Amino acid sequence: MKRRTLLKTAAGTMLAAGMATGLMAGSAFAQDTIKIGASAPKTGPLAGGAAVTYWPAVQLWVHDVNERGGIDVGGKKMKVELIEYDDKTSNEEAIKNYQRLATVDKVDFVIPPYGTGINLAVAPIIAKNGYPHIAVTAVADGLEEFVKRWPNTFWTLGTSQGMAQGIVDLLKKMKDDGTINNKLALVSVADAFGIEMSKTAKPAFEAAGFDIVYETSYPLTQQDFAPIISAAKNAGPDSFVAFSYPPDTFGLTQQATIADLPIKAYYTGVATAFPAFAQANGAAAEGVLGIGGVNADDPKIQDFIKRQKEVTGVEPDYWASPVQYASLQVLEQAITAAGSLDKQAVIKAIGDSTFDTIMGEWKFENNIITKFWTAGQWQGGHFKGVASTGLPGEVPIILKKGWK
Amino acid sequence: MTPLLATVTRKEARIALFGAAALAVAATLPLFDTGFYLSLALNVAMYVVLCTAWTLFSGPTHYISLASAAFFGIGTYSVALGIDTLPFPLLVAVGFVASAALAGLVGIATLRLSGVYFVIFTLGLAELVRQVVTWAQTNFTHGVGLYVFTDFTETHIYWMLLALAAIVYVTGWLVNRSRLGFALRIIGNDETVARHVGIDTARAKVLLFMISGGFIGIVGACLAPRFAYVEPPSAFNPMISFQVVIMALLGGTGRLWAPLLGVIPFTILFDQVSAYFPNHTSLVIGIAFMAVVYLLPRGVIGFVDDMRRLKKRFRIVLVEDEGALGKERAS
Repeated sequence: MKRRTLLKTAAGTMLAAGMATGLMAGSAFAQDTIKIGASAPKTGPLAGGAAVTYWPAVQLWVHDVNERGGIDVGGKKMKVELIEYDDKTSNEEAIKNYQRLATVDKVDFVIPPYGTGINLAVAPIIAKNGYPHIAVTAVADGLEEFVKRWPNTFWTLGTSQGMAQGIVDLLKKMKDDGTINNKLALVSVADAFGIEMSKTAKPAFEAAGFDIVYETSYPLTQQDFAPIISAAKNAGPDSFVAFSYPPDTFGLTQQATIADLPIKAYYTGVATAFPAFAQANGAAAEGVLGIGGVNADDPKIQDFIKRQKEVTGVEPDYWASPVQYASLQVLEQAITAAGSLDKQAVIKAIGDSTFDTIMGEWKFENNIITKFWTAGQWQGGHFKGVASTGLPGEVPIILKKGWK
Repeated sequence: MTPLLATVTRKEARIALFGAAALAVAATLPLFDTGFYLSLALNVAMYVVLCTAWTLFSGPTHYISLASAAFFGIGTYSVALGIDTLPFPLLVAVGFVASAALAGLVGIATLRLSGVYFVIFTLGLAELVRQVVTWAQTNFTHGVGLYVFTDFTETHIYWMLLALAAIVYVTGWLVNRSRLGFALRIIGNDETVARHVGIDTARAKVLLFMISGGFIGIVGACLAPRFAYVEPPSAFNPMISFQVVIMALLGGTGRLWAPLLGVIPFTILFDQVSAYFPNHTSLVIGIAFMAVVYLLPRGVIGFVDDMRRLKKRFRIVLVEDEGALGKERAS
């Protein structure tokens, strides 16, 4: 009997001591750190993309801010404490995570999730808790209406119409210059991205005077791309455009290499801008066009790529990674501009201020960044931006010359 | 026939009263917290209804259905497609009818199959419906995503789900005491025997599959406003199908309320795991899952039954040892 009481007392004391330390630590933190919460896939279908584009950029930013002593809030430097959760690529889980961040962890700000659907699904909860919502990896149409309903949301990566129009304009210019003929093969994945892109691109190509000699769409889980490539080869176009997703971007390009597809302009979708694309395709990657792009000659971008590799061990992609980092620079500079952690003041600062980011100077127009990269090209081992909606640093495009 | 209420036994009345009280208590939650705990409770309520609706069919018949995501998605899409033109309650009804109709079609085609064939077919069904919806959207509408703008908050959705839970329980109870329920229990035990005693097994199974699928469709319809944006990958997420089966089996499927015992502890357990081990969720949940299956092979309900039996035996032992115990206490 006695022994049990003793044990109970000991356990109770330890528990109380533990709680006391926890509380003390908590109150000490609350004075000089900013708590920032993040939730994105660490498991599930989108985990692979988030592991390249989302988490490393977030880690690098937290590392950078703390190394320089913290964020300037009304003259006082405050360090950043990051709280991260896995949303398992599920809407319910993501909503719950942001509720937990807002009401249990009581974070000062949140970093929105990865992926279009999840970003839109958590928007009402983030808005309800009063946080600014600077979305990156979310590309959807009809954002203007969304912004009207949730004025705390900000969109940075561009629109699918803009992206599709970018490649159309690029190829039209080449055709008008006489470097390619008017025959085009158009391929798209039968999922949100491919459908929305080809909806804009197909009529635009036709209006630009292109003759679509081969057109097809394939399901998301397609493995064998030999029929598509050989049919495209038989149709004999100068340009090949595929609005594809990560596994298919690799599959199509590998098949094109095997078939030695004779083509002058070759474009694929998501993941062309991933460093893994160049690693997987070696010399065949040279001259491949893809969605995204960065100002490759900008020292800020070069510094970002170098440091992310050093700090996190993960090489960034040449599209959304720097935008993810830039979105956090926006948050940081808006907090400093507001001079406080007041969420409403920070939202106002994001909407009103001009930001100096690694993507260049950013100013939101009705909560949307309207100047963005639409297409890039692998040139000499780097993925360089070749088309944008009015950004500096576009490099001249080169013709695709063989696959070796 | 005697009127329905006159046939309710005292025990059933007691359970009904207890259930109503529990629901009433659960319904007061939004008065205390509309933050994280409401979101967690909403997820619990969602899986309670999904698993109970699933058990309605799979419990007595022992057919494992992986089609939940298909019904759920159809319900979600019913609301997303019509939210600008029709009132919400009507859309929920549309969701029920559409899901039940799909369940009926699928049932007629596949419920003559049994065992693993049925499982495989239902697994493919969600993907099939998702591809059809994507195809339809590609060819007949503009984008793939649909916005669902309503004024519903999580509190409203939570209450809707609680009300739905009550309806599912009452339906389950009614089915259970009907000729249909009796027929299904016989089918579950031995389908050949059932056929020999003159039960139209196909009809019974299809009917119940429709009821079960219809309810899952309603859950999808109720949740559409929560997500604000509906697209095929989230509406027809195959994880929903697997989660429902896992949670229902963890609870046990012998009784209608058994899934509760799976959903409540495991939603909370999974949540704690993902809060404390954000980088190792799959690993820890995998270990937890193996431990549960190893320690509770018949689900939580099996454990509860064992405990009851043990208690009974223990009581007998107590009576025998009372004298000895009394002496010890005195000393």
